[in-house]
Amino acid sequence: MLFCSLLIIIWMMDFAIGKMNFIHIVHYRTEFVKLITASTAVISYRLNKFYATIFKGETIGMSNARQDKIRNFCIIAHIDHGKSTLADRILEIAGVLTERDMEKQVLDDMDLERERGITIKSKAVRLSYKDDGEEYILNLIDTPGHVDFAYEVSRSLAACEGAILVVDASQGIEAQTLANVYLALEHDLEIVPVINKIDLPSARPDWVKKEIEDVIGLVAEDAPLISAKNGIGIEEVIEKIISSIPAPTGDEDAPLKALIFDSFYDNYKGVIAYIRIKEGKLKVGDKIKMMATGKEFEVTDVGVFKPFLTSVPELRAGEVGYVAASIKNVRDTRVGDTITHADNPAEEPLPGYRKVNPMVYCGVYPADGARYEELREALHKLQINDASLSFEPETSVALGFGFRCGFLGLLHMDIVQERLEREYDLDLVTTAPSVIYKVVMHDGTKLDISNPTNLPDPAEIDYMEEPIVNAQIMAPTEYVGAIMELCQERRGTYKGMEYMEETRVLITYELPLNEIIYDFFDALKSRTRGYASFDYELIGYQQSDLVKLDILLNGEVVDALSLIVHKDKAYTRGRGIAEKLKELIPRQMFEIPIQAAIGNKIIARETIKALRKDVLAKCYGGDISRKRKLLEKQKEGKKRMRQVGSVEVPQEAFMSVLKFD
Amino acid sequence: MREGTIGLYVHFPFCLRKCLYCDFPSYAQKDHLMDEYLKAIKVEVDHAKAKINSRRIKTVFLGGGTPTLYHEEELAQLLDYIKHSCLISDDAEITIEANPETLNPRKLKVLMEAGINRLSIGMQAGQDRHLRALGRIHNIADVERGVDWARKAGFENINLDLMFGLPNQSVDEWLESLGCAVKMGVEHISAYALIIEEGTTLYELVEKGRLRIPPEDVERDMYHRGVQFLKSQGYIHYEISNFAIPGKECRHNLLYWQNKEYIGLGSGAHSYLQGHRWSNYADICKYIDRIYEYGNGIEQCEEISLSNQRFETIMMGLRLNSGVSKKIFRERFGHGLEYYYGDVLENLKAMGMLIETETSIYLTAKGMDLQNSVLLHFME
Repeated sequence: MLFCSLLIIIWMMDFAIGKMNFIHIVHYRTEFVKLITASTAVISYRLNKFYATIFKGETIGMSNARQDKIRNFCIIAHIDHGKSTLADRILEIAGVLTERDMEKQVLDDMDLERERGITIKSKAVRLSYKDDGEEYILNLIDTPGHVDFAYEVSRSLAACEGAILVVDASQGIEAQTLANVYLALEHDLEIVPVINKIDLPSARPDWVKKEIEDVIGLVAEDAPLISAKNGIGIEEVIEKIISSIPAPTGDEDAPLKALIFDSFYDNYKGVIAYIRIKEGKLKVGDKIKMMATGKEFEVTDVGVFKPFLTSVPELRAGEVGYVAASIKNVRDTRVGDTITHADNPAEEPLPGYRKVNPMVYCGVYPADGARYEELREALHKLQINDASLSFEPETSVALGFGFRCGFLGLLHMDIVQERLEREYDLDLVTTAPSVIYKVVMHDGTKLDISNPTNLPDPAEIDYMEEPIVNAQIMAPTEYVGAIMELCQERRGTYKGMEYMEETRVLITYELPLNEIIYDFFDALKSRTRGYASFDYELIGYQQSDLVKLDILLNGEVVDALSLIVHKDKAYTRGRGIAEKLKELIPRQMFEIPIQAAIGNKIIARETIKALRKDVLAKCYGGDISRKRKLLEKQKEGKKRMRQVGSVEVPQEAFMSVLKFD
Repeated sequence: MREGTIGLYVHFPFCLRKCLYCDFPSYAQKDHLMDEYLKAIKVEVDHAKAKINSRRIKTVFLGGGTPTLYHEEELAQLLDYIKHSCLISDDAEITIEANPETLNPRKLKVLMEAGINRLSIGMQAGQDRHLRALGRIHNIADVERGVDWARKAGFENINLDLMFGLPNQSVDEWLESLGCAVKMGVEHISAYALIIEEGTTLYELVEKGRLRIPPEDVERDMYHRGVQFLKSQGYIHYEISNFAIPGKECRHNLLYWQNKEYIGLGSGAHSYLQGHRWSNYADICKYIDRIYEYGNGIEQCEEISLSNQRFETIMMGLRLNSGVSKKIFRERFGHGLEYYYGDVLENLKAMGMLIETETSIYLTAKGMDLQNSVLLHFME
């Protein structure tokens, strides 16, 4: 605050002596704004810590000698800034994996994850490190960085005392970086900034340090400059972890409070929960109780991850590890829940537990109706290790029997779809993703609708509401116009703009979730040549003029193609879909009219001409095999088609109909 | 023509020039291999004898390329060789394909005497400008002259190959070409829609936009009007692209369409015997090498499952306007068509694509136009 007052005084003085012109004012204003933001963040952060330390609240205590040697931390970063590589290097140095064991990005252990370079499930690893003759236990908790999994991230953060913030030296701070930092600050974590990729020619470490200080309000002067790829500076990072991140606290003798921050299903041990013991201790044979569900289990194993499961006799307050208790279902080990003892339970559960709710839904149907059971099995199996996946049976006139699946977000949806196709070898038809709309009828009944076909008769609807998000987009200033145009197109409400520095800007918009749900990110990337980054969070519901857009093929409504859209968008959407379908649906033996309609009103139409010629002029001895094989291939291709009434529609049509930009 | 009989195809891959539309296994400027090749064919005949066994050869087809690039004595000698190695029926149909450029009265006479009784000439178009555009080396006049010589030599069974849907071809020009062929009084006409095959020069030209082919509607118009015209001139439209005076249908090609057996000799030749299809190397040198090493030039062989045999029978049979004979199908496969394809037939009939009689099934004109789509219904 002192700084601010000083600045105002200087500003006024400069103005007075005529040193300022318009540009200066703008510059000072942004500096000023930045400073206010930074100051506020820093001050609230510092005040919090101060308050906590002075008043020694319930959760703050002193570390005992054992706890003093423990550090629980995670790594947060924007995608591709080097989080996983750094994690690998830290493991290497702590000698956890031999060269032979090392596969690129070990902590991301599914193929899919490696491909996308993202972590889907969080993991924890216990490392030993000798510093100055003292042996330290470092618990590295690897967290998903994507907005879809924000809740899981927040629970993993709750298990730590500190976080290493990795920032790419050439990219600087990005939208996701900020989102994760604020999350970490909310959890009271000590943040250790680290500047990565200094080996790149475009690295600007000093600029990044300044950004960190200005934008986030953290002291970054001594931030280690590293190259995770080349293994430079890693030791410095570990030492910073030991010196800057506080040791955990917690009374071993108090009633048990263990935070579940993740879980997975193991074929031998049943569900294994990742836990952080906040208070008390835990050993084999203990009878435990899940505080959210009340269910009780008997502990069969406790241990730590090195990174493989390693049993220990006991886990005590301040430690991170796992517990197994013959638990059959991952839904019994809810992320964020507190584990306590059945016969000496804690009075209050740990804060922050929340039931996880899906945000995005889509219809998932087997391409071959006969494989419905297989799809169901597969969804069940996925659910075993994914407590946030929900599904229930659903039917469509066009697509037959399938499921309406709920996901945390688009990424989650993509991942589940790919896993179903790849791991379970299922050919799927998926409908376009939709959000949950709130419908209020004239008679007062309230409904939550996620499947457009379930929308009641418009005559009976009083009004509808749609989910709204607060989106933060970060990009170089030259794209501001393009970004604002895109957001306006998507019915966005401008909330504000902040200059990160001269060349980068953070734009905030409120947008309806259904406008960004499919290809907003792609559109954003293409209009900003890939430079923009984007993060959002649900902020609530807003009344909206929504209508149901129907698509008719050969005069019949195809229920799986129906959409709920804003009435202003209905015409363009309807036309666009009709055009797209004309491209995607192959010509058939008869003419096919395609129509888009709202209620009874046709708002767009296209026609697919009938096929006139599909015959091989010459076919002699040498052509027979080749022709048969060609027809076989065509037949295979047809299998990817759905018979919708009398029209053969390719599977892709159901989803790609919404790709515009 | 089951058990006791079989057809024989011999391939002659050499040409004077490669036509712009051709995707057959034929080559220009390989004349130096012609002698070696002929020798290799004879070796192949020696080894093929065992496969042919005691079956009577009812049809022989000398195709290419340009078989008539060879000297008439060589061709006569080869035919002789085959006659002495295998049993050829007295009333066998023996065809040779010819390019008008390579014909002369003497050659035709010698070939006639050697036993060849059917001549197939590649006319392609009735206008010289189209012949030029296709890369043909002859004129219309050459064709007329060739037919004339053939008649004089005694040929009573002549076929002309023609193409429609050519770049810049009008419907009238097509009808004119047909008229020209009919005027020559030939017994058989093959009228093919031009297929732009990948890998041909024509394909490149069309891709680059240098040539435009008639749109689908015009092409179909040409086809249907052509059919009408030929029928009015007394020709039977017996297969999608083939027309003949009654009794002069090409018996060799009918083997293919009736899914019967045949042996193919020479590079790129195909064979079908006892449920197996195999083909020889298309590359002339490879073929020759393999012949000397193994006695055969087989590149690949495939066993045709019974269900595929059924499908192939239908696939080929429906090309014929007479369609597939129910009796023959049942004799061959043990059960009738309704047994395997009951629903399919009903469906196709309802769509107006197929007609079923007591004795056979065949496609309507619409079904013929959309034959590939129709065939997919027969596939599992």
